[in-house]
Amino acid sequence: MIKEKRQILIFTLFALIVLLAPLFLKGSYFLNVLVFIGINTLLAVALNLLLGYAGQISLGHAAFFGLGAYVSGILTTRFPVDPWMALLAAALCAALLAFVIGFPILKLKGHYLAMATLGFGIIMYIFFNETVDLTGGPSGLSGIPNLRLGQLIFDNDRNNYYLVWVITLGVMLLSINLSQSRIGRALRAINDSEVAARVMGVNARILKVQIFTISAFVSAIAGSLYAHTMTFISPTSFGFNFSVELLTMIIIGGLGSMYGSFLGAAILTMLPEFLRVFRDFDIVIYGLMLILITMFMPKGLIGGLEALFKIVINKIKGGAQNVKR
Amino acid sequence: MLSVEGITQIFGGLTALEDVSFSVTPRSITGIIGPNGAGKTTLFNIVTGLYTQTEGKVYLGEKNISFFAPETLAGLGLVRTFQNVELFGQMSVLENVMVGLHTKSKSGIFSCAFKLPGQIREEKTVREKAYRWLEFTGLVDEADIAACNLPFGKGRLLEISRAMAVEPQIILMDEPAAGLNSRETAGLAELIRKIQDLGITIVLVEHDMELVMDVCESIVVLNLGKKLAHGTPREIQEDKAVIAAYLGED
Repeated sequence: MIKEKRQILIFTLFALIVLLAPLFLKGSYFLNVLVFIGINTLLAVALNLLLGYAGQISLGHAAFFGLGAYVSGILTTRFPVDPWMALLAAALCAALLAFVIGFPILKLKGHYLAMATLGFGIIMYIFFNETVDLTGGPSGLSGIPNLRLGQLIFDNDRNNYYLVWVITLGVMLLSINLSQSRIGRALRAINDSEVAARVMGVNARILKVQIFTISAFVSAIAGSLYAHTMTFISPTSFGFNFSVELLTMIIIGGLGSMYGSFLGAAILTMLPEFLRVFRDFDIVIYGLMLILITMFMPKGLIGGLEALFKIVINKIKGGAQNVKR
Repeated sequence: MLSVEGITQIFGGLTALEDVSFSVTPRSITGIIGPNGAGKTTLFNIVTGLYTQTEGKVYLGEKNISFFAPETLAGLGLVRTFQNVELFGQMSVLENVMVGLHTKSKSGIFSCAFKLPGQIREEKTVREKAYRWLEFTGLVDEADIAACNLPFGKGRLLEISRAMAVEPQIILMDEPAAGLNSRETAGLAELIRKIQDLGITIVLVEHDMELVMDVCESIVVLNLGKKLAHGTPREIQEDKAVIAAYLGED
């Protein structure tokens, strides 16, 4: 019960900081970066539901992101579909695809699942590239309309910031709720020992497909948001590299933690900007960081921060006791 | 209660079990013993739906459960523990038991994500029931510890608490005393009787003969995949074929 109250407090604080941040930020550049961080956080949260909770890897999640972006983009540029309806259609489309491929591929475990999802990601990437009539091929799809709510058009960084972050915060909250529930426990049980979970009556097969479907649904929403805020999309954003980047985000941030997803997304979104001064060596620093974090912080940055926090608290408590003596 | 009929299991060219049949009476404690490689764990894996037998049938009461999946069997009240203790290591002791209550609750993904009122109520009863099972096995003080940090003996107890949370009709224990010291084994014998008092049928695979002879009312002996004998502990102790299998023939 105390744990639950603390969780609500932490989420409220996080949400307040996120929602009030634009008031203190001058200039559009930061807001623009923060919009990207929001979209990447949403994607990281989606992947974390699958890998962090249920322990099922996906090396093809960029494909669902891309599918969301393309369905939304194609429906709004080639057909007179309302952007919101396109967003919904994109999410449902990805969910349906995930549901259909989920049954066969989620029977696979470990490396085999990694290979199958990798293959799926590459197939989708080729599809985005080659169906030129539909997707515009390598030169991309432009002129995607912005989302709008009545008079409010999401065409500038400040509006986009709120659009993306309200949705991301909502999904984060739902994910946190899920982890502390019957279904969240069942997913974590599958992660720890699928056999024991099944013996306890958890239908692992169905549950894995469900969470995969939801993960794809959320990834496609992120894709649609990306398409409508950028107004231009091309296949390079949805390739294998980005799938790996998403994986890196949640491993650096912390598997199973929604705040870790944010931390990982924030770092990996901003890092290229900071590392620009190192020119070609940025990839070396990037790799080094990943090695160090996985070696010394197996639970990611959020796990490292928690451990640090506990040490500090204990030090303060210990100090107080010494004073009493 | 539980009966197996003509179970045969062939792995590649190896016959692990050959035409094994026996039945277990309701509310009894049955021991399955036999030298290493006799096929005891294989038999458990078949009964609990983890392996698919080459031939033969399994009945729970009148129901043919031969090819049921483990998750279906849990819903029917058949549950097991594992030889190597399969806990959910990253989860707390309490949460482990709460997973055991999975079949006793029904909130879906959406009511869980949106924290609908029904789900909140259900969560509360699940938590209370889980605490009661921890009291039953004496693990309440460890409720908030991560399961992977429990000492081995207590891990065993947690596995039993978790299985009990399923509210089974029958519980299969695979070597529950392996790795326990003599004091813990005595506690286990007491716990097994307590479970029987709740009206639950117990089947256990065990190497600790003292425990088997102490708690079991009926014993099935397997050797090299075949049923060698079935009887009361006294009958088994005097059975020539069993003695020969264990001590070697003259």
